[in-house]
Amino acid sequence: MSTPLFAYTLRLADDALVLGHRLSEWTSRAPTLEEEMALANIALDLIGQARVLYSYAGEVEGRGRSEDDLAYFRDEAAFGNLLVNELPNGDFAFTVVRQALVSAFMLPYWTALTGSRDATLAAIAAKAEKEVSYHLRHAAEWLVRLGDGTDESRRRSIAALEELWPWTGEMFEMPDDERALAEAGIAVDRAALKAEWSRTVDTILEEATLDRPRDGWMQTGGRRGVHTEHLGTMLAVMQSLARAHPGATW
Amino acid sequence: MHPVIPSAESILPVSPAIPASAADTPADERRARAWSAAASVVDPEIPVLSIADLGVLRDIRFDAAGRVEAVITPTYSGCPAMNMIAVEIGLALDAAGFPDAKVTTVLSPAWSTDLMTEAGRRALAGYGIAPPVGRAGGRRALFGETSVACPHCGSPETERISEFGSTACKALYRCRACREPFDYFKCI
Repeated sequence: MSTPLFAYTLRLADDALVLGHRLSEWTSRAPTLEEEMALANIALDLIGQARVLYSYAGEVEGRGRSEDDLAYFRDEAAFGNLLVNELPNGDFAFTVVRQALVSAFMLPYWTALTGSRDATLAAIAAKAEKEVSYHLRHAAEWLVRLGDGTDESRRRSIAALEELWPWTGEMFEMPDDERALAEAGIAVDRAALKAEWSRTVDTILEEATLDRPRDGWMQTGGRRGVHTEHLGTMLAVMQSLARAHPGATW
Repeated sequence: MHPVIPSAESILPVSPAIPASAADTPADERRARAWSAAASVVDPEIPVLSIADLGVLRDIRFDAAGRVEAVITPTYSGCPAMNMIAVEIGLALDAAGFPDAKVTTVLSPAWSTDLMTEAGRRALAGYGIAPPVGRAGGRRALFGETSVACPHCGSPETERISEFGSTACKALYRCRACREPFDYFKCI
């Protein structure tokens, strides 16, 4: 039976893995060699976070499922990640804007989770917090360069911001089981982080000379396993080797 | 399979003394021997830095049956060197007479560059990698650059090329004085 702690830990792991995998897709096609290394490093941090979270989820579940079982042998509808994390990379501006919007949320999220009454989640959060502070800084600096850069980079940044904005509301959504965990001091109240996220995003956008899009209808569903058409194809690629050769090792 | 013995031993910085009072009992002496064996393992990406000087080696302990356990902590969540470090600790302990070593990874307290020893920092600089500047823990500013001295010529006139370098723990800088690029060990 799925307990709230298992489901919650799994969602955190899915968030990290899906975004980490998307970033890894930039390998061999980033705009510059330095940026190739940066995106791969961020992907590595996220996949590392996913690994410890999946391992812990498997432990909590107590049915002997490993990190690999959870990452490679669950189907699309069992993934509880944020939809914004699964969207295709688009152009470099789209990737940068997404990374800035998501990191601006994840930094205060991990900071708050370091106070969790669950010692393992608190320990994972303490490491992730340090890492994501670099991810945010990297994305923020790029967004300034693109937004306040050439006409073309500015046009692409504005387009990315407009396209991504309706996917940001889901970050603050609290599934019922997570609300109970937050009340017990284990999870974090996501809605309470909205003000800090807003301030960070406004600071970056102001520096980048970009206007903040107006809040409107927000897309959700990822937490319930209702995904965009993009996650299925991403998982098919990501999981193909493990499924074709179960138990394969290097 | 041959045990992999770190070859950079002669240029290794002195490992920090184990935090035991003194090696005055056989158990202390045994632990000290196991510690120095494990501490001889170096970071595969930065072979002048021992895992003790890096702050990755947390503890050496023995279970009731006398089996040795090395406790390590990862630098970054996704650090791919951890598997290799664990294997090399096992081999180094085996070669020092501690077979069947167990290597345990702990996450808390989170690793920080503050754990790096002075000897480790000097070894890094000597190897051409600028050691971390300042202390970790403060809230990072969203914008702005850390002033890092060039490890080659010592000039403070340097600029950051990229926040992320050849490994997760490093950023890429360039010296405006001697024009050489260099790695900076990020402060976290």
